[in-house]
Amino acid sequence: MGSLLDVNDLVVRFSTVAGTVHAVNGASFSVDRGETLGVVGESGCGKSVSVLSVVGLIQQPPGEIVSGEVLYGGRDLLQLKEQEMARIRGRDVAMVFQDPMSSLNPVLTIGRQISETMTVHLGMSQEEAHARAIELLDMMGIPEPADRYDDYPHQFSGGMRQRVMIASALACSPSLLIADEPTTALDVTIQAQLIDLVRDLRDRLDMAIIWITHNLAVVAELADRVCVMYAGFIVEEADVFDLFAEPLHPYTLSLLKSVPRVDQVIDDELFAVPGSPPDCLRLPPGCPFAPRCRFSVRRCHEEAPPLREVGPAHRAACWVDVETGRER
Amino acid sequence: MSQEKALVEVRDLKKHFPITRGVLIQRKIGAVRAVDGISFDIRQGETLGLVGESGCGKTTTGNTILQLLRPTEGQVLFEGVDLSELGGEELRRMRQRMQMIFQDPYACLNPRWTVARIIGEPMRVHHMAGRKERIRRVKELLELVQINRVHLNRYPHEFSGGQRQRIGVARALASDPEFIVCDEPVSALDVSIQAQVVNLLEKLQDKFGLTYLFIAHDLGMVRHICDRVAVMYCGVIVELAGRDPLYEEPLHPYSQGLLSAVPIPDPAKTRARQRIVLPGDPPNPADPPPGCRFHTRCRMAEERCRNEPPSLREVAPGHWVACHLV
Repeated sequence: MGSLLDVNDLVVRFSTVAGTVHAVNGASFSVDRGETLGVVGESGCGKSVSVLSVVGLIQQPPGEIVSGEVLYGGRDLLQLKEQEMARIRGRDVAMVFQDPMSSLNPVLTIGRQISETMTVHLGMSQEEAHARAIELLDMMGIPEPADRYDDYPHQFSGGMRQRVMIASALACSPSLLIADEPTTALDVTIQAQLIDLVRDLRDRLDMAIIWITHNLAVVAELADRVCVMYAGFIVEEADVFDLFAEPLHPYTLSLLKSVPRVDQVIDDELFAVPGSPPDCLRLPPGCPFAPRCRFSVRRCHEEAPPLREVGPAHRAACWVDVETGRER
Repeated sequence: MSQEKALVEVRDLKKHFPITRGVLIQRKIGAVRAVDGISFDIRQGETLGLVGESGCGKTTTGNTILQLLRPTEGQVLFEGVDLSELGGEELRRMRQRMQMIFQDPYACLNPRWTVARIIGEPMRVHHMAGRKERIRRVKELLELVQINRVHLNRYPHEFSGGQRQRIGVARALASDPEFIVCDEPVSALDVSIQAQVVNLLEKLQDKFGLTYLFIAHDLGMVRHICDRVAVMYCGVIVELAGRDPLYEEPLHPYSQGLLSAVPIPDPAKTRARQRIVLPGDPPNPADPPPGCRFHTRCRMAEERCRNEPPSLREVAPGHWVACHLV
C-alpha cells in the first residue's frame, strides 16, 4: 500500500427524474508517486465521475457517493469537511479540464489567475507570486511571458489557454495532477504540443497524473498504466504495453480493433461492435458488456464478473478467456 | 486534372465572410477568407477526403459546393453545369442530386417531426412521390440503414446517437442523390458506434454508386474510407494525392506535421517514432500571413515562402503540392 492515492470500491449514483443513474459501480484503482494512470472509456462510462469524486467535485445532491474510500496521505478524503478538502484541492491535487475557456475567468487577467493559487495556498506575497507566475508561463512555452501576464483569456488561443490552465495547476507543485480530457477540444497538432509538454513536466517534477480520455491512442502516448471503463465498471487494468499487446477483456479488444489507424490500411469493413453502451439507469444483470459481446456465455448474463488477476499486474473483469473462448 | 470522369469540378472557389462595424450604417472593415481560391475535382464514384484542423475552411467548402453558401468567386461545376450561376427552381432541381450528412445527429433532425416525416420530406419537396409511395419508400430506406421499419412513427429523441445518424443517412438518400457531402459524419459518435456508421456508408456507396466528399479531422478514419485526400490549411489546399501516397509519403511540411501529430494506439511504436511537432497556432483566416500561409509554423521556410504564395502543382502523377521547396 505504498501508493500515493488508493481508491477502494467506489460507488457513485445520481438521482434524476428518470430514476437512479448508476454512474460508478465499485471502482478500485491506485496511482503511485510519479506514475501516469490513463483512464479510458466512452462517454457516460463513469470515467470522469470516478476521478472527480476523489477531489470532492461531485455535486451532492444530485450525486451521492454511496460507498468506498479514497486514501491519500493516510487520510480518507471522502471523510473530510469541504474546508479541509479545499486546502488539498489545488495544492496537493490539481486539476485541468477539457474546456479551457470555461475554466478560466474571462474578466481576470491570465497572470492573476495563476498567482492567486499561490497567494491562497502558499501564502506568497503578490510580488513573489507575480514572479513565479511569469516563470511558470515561460516553462509552459508561452512567448514573452512578462508581457502576456496582463492579457485576458480571450486574447489567447485554445492551446495557449490550456497551457495557462496547466501553469495554474502546477503553481503549487502538486503531487497529483488530474487531467480530464485536456486535449479533446484541441486540434491534433496542438494536442501533440501539449502531450510533449506534459511528458516533459512530469519527468522534471516527478508528479503523478491521472489522465482521463476517450482516445486510446493518447493513452498509448503517455500512460504507464491504464484502466478501461465501461458502464461504471473498470473492466480491465494493466501496464500500458501489456494492454495494447494483449488485451484480455472483449471490450478493450473490440475498441482496439474498431478504431482505424493512420499507420495501417484496413481494406475490409471495420470491425463493428453491435448495439450501443447500456443505459446506466437500467444496467443489465451480469456483465454490462455481455449483450454486445461475441464471447459471452450463459454465466455472463447472470452474474457480474469481478475484476481479477489474469496475468502479472493485469486484471480483467471477464468470465471468459478471450484466447481460448472458454470460461476461465 | 484527371482522365477519369469528374462529377464535381471546383474551380478557384472563394468564400469570404465580411466583417462589419457599425449598427445602422454598416461598413465593411475586412473579411474572413474562409475559403480562398481552391480547385479540385471529385471523380464519379470516389470518396474524396478533405482534412485539416478546425477553422481551416473544410465545412465552408462543403457548404459552398452545395450552394448552401453562395461563393464569393469561382465556380462549382456539377456534371459540367455551373451551380453558382443557377438560382431558384433550376438550383432546386439540381439539389435533388446532391445531399448532405451533418455532424451532429442531435441538432440535424427536427425534434417535433416523426422519422417518417423527416425522411419523407426530401421526396415531398422534390415532388418525387405521393403520400402512400413516400411511406413505402421510407420503410425501405429505414431497412437500408438497419433501423426497424415499425419505428417510423417515432420521434428522434427515442433513438440513440448512432441510430439518429443513420436516420440522417436515410434522409440524405431519400431524394436518390448521386453526390453526398459527409461533414464529420461520425465525429460526434462514440468510438464503438463510429465503425457501424462508416461501414454503412461504404456499403451504400457500393450499392448505389455514390460519390462522397468526406470532411473529417480524424485522419485514421479518412485513411480507411477515402480514395484520395486533400489537405486544407487556412483556406487553401496544400496537398492533394491518392490515399497511400499521402499517408506513406506526405510531401507538404504541413501534411507531414499533421500526420506525425496523430497518436498511434501502439505504445512501443508511438513512443519510438520521431515526431515533427509544429510550433504555434494556425493563423487567423481574417488576416492570413503573406506568401505561403504555413510559413509561420514551417521549419523549412525560406525568404521566398514569406513573400510569394506557392501554387498547387502536380509533382508526380496525381500528387499535387503547394510548396516552393518540393
